[in-house]
Amino acid sequence: MISYKNHSEKIAQIKEGKFSLKENVAFFINEIEKQKHLNAFNFIFDDAIKIADKIESKIKAGTAGKLAGMVIAIKDVLAIKDKPLTCSSNILKNFEAIYTATAVQKLIDEDAIIIGKTNCDEFAMGSSNENSAFGKVLNPFDNQRVPGGSSGGSAVAVAANLCDVSLGTDTGGSIRQPAAFCGVYGLKPTYGKVSRYGLTAFASSFDTIGPFAKSIDDIALVLEVISGYDEKDSTSFNDEQKIYLEKISEPQKFKIGLPKEYFSSGLNEEIKKLINNKIEIIRSLGHETVEISLPNTEYSIATYYILTTAEASSNLARYDGAHYGFRSNDASNLNEMYTNSRTEGFGNEVKRRIMLGTYVLSSGYYDAYYRKAQKVRRLLKNDFDNAFNDVDIILTPTTPNVAFKIGEKSNDPLSMYLEDIYTTSANLVGIPGLNIPIGFNSENLPVGMQLMTNQFNELKILQLAKQLS
Amino acid sequence: MTIKKEDVKYIASLAKLKFDENEIEKFTEQFNEIISYIEKLNELDTSNVEPLAHPFESNNVFRNDELKKSASTEEALKNSPSKTEEFFRVPKVINQP
Repeated sequence: MISYKNHSEKIAQIKEGKFSLKENVAFFINEIEKQKHLNAFNFIFDDAIKIADKIESKIKAGTAGKLAGMVIAIKDVLAIKDKPLTCSSNILKNFEAIYTATAVQKLIDEDAIIIGKTNCDEFAMGSSNENSAFGKVLNPFDNQRVPGGSSGGSAVAVAANLCDVSLGTDTGGSIRQPAAFCGVYGLKPTYGKVSRYGLTAFASSFDTIGPFAKSIDDIALVLEVISGYDEKDSTSFNDEQKIYLEKISEPQKFKIGLPKEYFSSGLNEEIKKLINNKIEIIRSLGHETVEISLPNTEYSIATYYILTTAEASSNLARYDGAHYGFRSNDASNLNEMYTNSRTEGFGNEVKRRIMLGTYVLSSGYYDAYYRKAQKVRRLLKNDFDNAFNDVDIILTPTTPNVAFKIGEKSNDPLSMYLEDIYTTSANLVGIPGLNIPIGFNSENLPVGMQLMTNQFNELKILQLAKQLS
Repeated sequence: MTIKKEDVKYIASLAKLKFDENEIEKFTEQFNEIISYIEKLNELDTSNVEPLAHPFESNNVFRNDELKKSASTEEALKNSPSKTEEFFRVPKVINQP
C-alpha cells in the first residue's frame, strides 16, 4: 500500500525503498483505468512509466529536481509538444501542440512526471464539466453530481487519487469551484504570476493557471516552480516572493475581513455553519476577524459575463478551419468554410458565449455593455483595494451551494452563471484565491472555503491555510 | 432592450455561426434572459469612472525588434486540415459571390 501525505514524504519513502516510482506511476495508471467511469482524463501518457525509471535513478543519485517524481495531470487547455491539445472541443479534435506551455515546461524541468491530460468544459467555458466533447465528468463523492468546472477533470484526478497534483485554469472560478465540489485545495494565483504562454486563450485579461492538491504544502511547492516572469508572456511578472514551502509554517497572525455581501441570503445554511466553525478556530488561533463590505459584489457576475464573452469572441475567432483544427467538408467557398467549420466544431455553450460577446462588442452596443462593464470592473477593483487597506485576507465561501445534480442547470445558462457569484471577483481584480476543503455537509458532499488576498500576497493565504490544516 | 430573432441571426452572421430555426428561437429566449440580467449594471452611476481594461494598468511592454526562432513551415502545417507542400489550401476565394 503506497501512502504519503505530501511530496517530501513521498521522496523520503522512495529513498527508503518503501516503493519505487515506477510502481507509483503504474498504480496511478491502474487507478485511472479502474475509475474510468469518472471520465477525468482525455488522454493518458504511457511514456510516464519510462520517465519514472529515469527520474528514480536521478533521485537515488541526488541529482533530481524539486518536483522529482511528482505525478501531475494537466488540464487539456495547456500545450505539451507533440501531445494532443483539444480543449475538450471537436474543433481541435486532432490537434497536436507544436510547443510546450511555460508552466508545464517548468514542471518537467523539475522532474515532475506528466501522466496525462484532464477533461474540462469546452474551452474552459462552464461550471459543471458537462460541456465537453469527451463527455461529462462525474463527481467522485456522488456520481449523480457534477464535479464543478471548468477544470472538473483536474479536480477529480486529485480527489479520486489518480495523480499527486494537477494543473487547472481559472478565468472566473474554474479552479476554486471544482476544488470546493471535490474536497481538495485549489489555488488561483495573482493574474500574471504564472505565464500564460501555451494556455489556449479564453479571456486574456482574466485567465490564470494554478494547482490542485490534497496537501497545502504541495500547492506551495508547485506555485514556487511555475510562477515568475516569462518573456513569452508580456503580462507575466517576476515573483518577488518565490519561496513558499519554506515559509508556509511561519506563525504569522492576520487581520481577516468577512465581507457581509458573501454571507447574505443565497448562501446554503449548512455551508454557512461549517464556515462559521472555521472562523471560530481562526479566532482561537489568535487572528483578528472583522466584518467588511464589498458593496459592488452583486454586479460582479454581470460584469464578468460581458467582459469575458467579449474577450472570448475575439480569441475564438481564430478557429476558422483554415490553418488548423476541424474543417467542415460541406463548403464550396471560403465563407462557408468558416461558418460551417465553426458551426459544426463548437459546442452550444461556446457558441452562446461567442454570440453574447459578439453582441456586446457590436456597433451601437459597445458603450452600453462593454464600456459600462469595464467601468464597473474599476468599481470592483476599488472595493477590494479599500478592503486590503485594512485587512490582510478576505475569507468567504467558495460556492453558495454544494455540487449540484448532473443536468440540473444545463438548460438554464443564467442559473449556471450565478453559481460563480463568490469566485468571479478575484479574476475581475486580478487577485489570488484559494479553496480550502473544510468538511462535508449532511449528504456527505464536500464544502469549500475561499481565502483571497491582495495581488502577489499568496504567501499569506498559504500560511493561513497551513495553520488550519 | 428586447432582442428579436432577426438580431440573433445578424449577430450569428457576424460571428460566422449558423443556427436552425429552433436554435434561433431558444437562443433568442436565453439571450433576452441574460441581457436583461446584465442590464443590472445600469443601476450604477459610472459617469465619473474610468474604464479598467486589465487587472494591471502597466505601461506598454517594449522589446528590441530582433528576429527569434519561430515555428518551422513543417510545424506550422502540421495540424492543417488541407495543405500543399508549403501552403495552407482553402476553397477558392476570387470570383466568389
